[in-house]
Amino acid sequence: MAHIDNTDPLLQEITGPTPGQMLRKRVFGHQGLLIGAVVLIILLFIAIFAPLLAPHDPYAQSLMNRMEPPVFLGGTWEHPLGTDHLGRDYLSRLIYGARVSLLIGAVAALISGVIGTAMGVAAGYFGGRVDMVVTFLINVRLAMPVVLVALAVVAILGGSLQVVIVVLGLLLWDRFAVVMRASTLQVRGREYVAAARAIGASTPRVILSEIMPNIANNLIVVITLEMAHAILLEAALSFLGLGVQPPTPSWGLMVSEGKNMMLFEPWLVLIPGAVLFLLVLAINLMGDGLRDVTAPENRS
Amino acid sequence: MLTFILKRLGLAVLVAFTVSFISFSLLFLAGDPAAALAGETASGEDIESLRKLYGFDRPMLVQYGDWLFSAIQGDFGESYYFRLPVASLIAERLSVTMTLGVCGISFALLTAVPLGVAAAIRPNSIIDRVALFLSVAGQAMPSFWFGLILIVIFAIQLGWLPPSGASSPVHFIMPTIVLGYYAMPAIMRLTRAGMLDVLSSDYIRTARAKGAPEGRVLFRHALRNAIIPVVSLAAVQMGFMLGGSIVVESIFALHGAGYLAWESIARNDLPTVQALILVFSMFYIVFTFLADVLNAWLDPRMRSS
Repeated sequence: MAHIDNTDPLLQEITGPTPGQMLRKRVFGHQGLLIGAVVLIILLFIAIFAPLLAPHDPYAQSLMNRMEPPVFLGGTWEHPLGTDHLGRDYLSRLIYGARVSLLIGAVAALISGVIGTAMGVAAGYFGGRVDMVVTFLINVRLAMPVVLVALAVVAILGGSLQVVIVVLGLLLWDRFAVVMRASTLQVRGREYVAAARAIGASTPRVILSEIMPNIANNLIVVITLEMAHAILLEAALSFLGLGVQPPTPSWGLMVSEGKNMMLFEPWLVLIPGAVLFLLVLAINLMGDGLRDVTAPENRS
Repeated sequence: MLTFILKRLGLAVLVAFTVSFISFSLLFLAGDPAAALAGETASGEDIESLRKLYGFDRPMLVQYGDWLFSAIQGDFGESYYFRLPVASLIAERLSVTMTLGVCGISFALLTAVPLGVAAAIRPNSIIDRVALFLSVAGQAMPSFWFGLILIVIFAIQLGWLPPSGASSPVHFIMPTIVLGYYAMPAIMRLTRAGMLDVLSSDYIRTARAKGAPEGRVLFRHALRNAIIPVVSLAAVQMGFMLGGSIVVESIFALHGAGYLAWESIARNDLPTVQALILVFSMFYIVFTFLADVLNAWLDPRMRSS
């Protein structure tokens, strides 16, 4: 079989750009997506290599060096972002905090994604009673106040990283179910689904190899948005003192600990909050960008 | 229309019952509620007598039925901590939360709708970009952090506003902004998308073609149609906001129902927590029900679904 060079200018003139080239053009032409992805990759890198990057042990207390200011407020390079009320290096805690946030965001989104996708796809594909039950469950879930229920359950079971992750994972499946249900409804009647059924494909096979690949773009968008949601919720729970417990370096907890010294040392609150904002912003920009890039109506 | 309302009402009632069951079962998540109530130092006899006193020795469904029956009559039992009826505790605190919720949603609507309309009239203009920036930032902003920044700037540095409390309307300014900003992005995006959609429709072209003045076209013809889904979203957001007010109330020490929830959770005061979860859920259910009915009334096409 002759090798076809897709980049041959003559061929391009005849056939136009390939779908892959068009996708690349859309991705690299989308500022929000690029900025979000770059920031997220940097933060992911920081989280993974935290032990190598952190200048100090994030748990090491030094009561002699409490509340040293950051370098830009007259501190020393020994502690570039200063130290907290127990003399722990703020930069190191911030770096390790990226691990907590990203871990919680990723695992909670994974758990809720599995639950919500299963429910949504089942509702959209089978319709009828299944759809009625799923829609009802979505309604029930939406009626429960998330922050309140999460706080109560975490308080009852005891705040730890694992409990927070599981509780958020079990609570945040609603958007997955809603979006996956609607997406499945859209593709369920397409010809390729009918064709797969006609050649005798089993239901799991139709769902896995015909439905899922065609709704995967929406799934990815929801995963990013729910990841951001979970990260914000964990920070809020930890801020309220009923999430991840000290001395774990969680950004929400750091804001909460800095709150009492806010009057004289506002940077204790500003820095971890700003990083949290940046992370969530990056994930959201990427999610919005992915939606723009993969939406069929933008493929011109 | 009546069939639609009845169907929707039936669903709302069913959801309400399910939610009530879930919030009741939270009590049993802890394992033995009597042991939790008695504390770590209690003897076995103490726990047994507490179990009898609170009726924890009966089957769970019987307890649920009992609790629900009282709850419907407005009796949520007694708070473990305050030793007062939960219902009166909540009723007392709810006015602060409702005030905050109404102010918050008004702030969100008053900023989001004009911004959304302006952004839709001139897509990709400066104002569209500002609106987009505000909504993207709003979705990523941790509300507790935003609240603390406002306190640092307006209460500590400038000294214009009181940092906490609820004794005067001025105390509600910062909490309103924080809570309202939380709801703003979704409303703004929906207004903008709705306006863009409507502005490219045939009847707007007709209105322009027959020479209607631009202001009339925008507000009489376009906005009236674009605003319908926004009404529904605002009601839903209002339900979310009441549940989310727990964070805002704790930052600004507003002693509303959200603050009560936070205190009660920290104190293991389960009857109060159960009742608050139920009350916040009921608000959400009522708001979404009203929104659906309002929508069906404004837009007959919605009645069939």
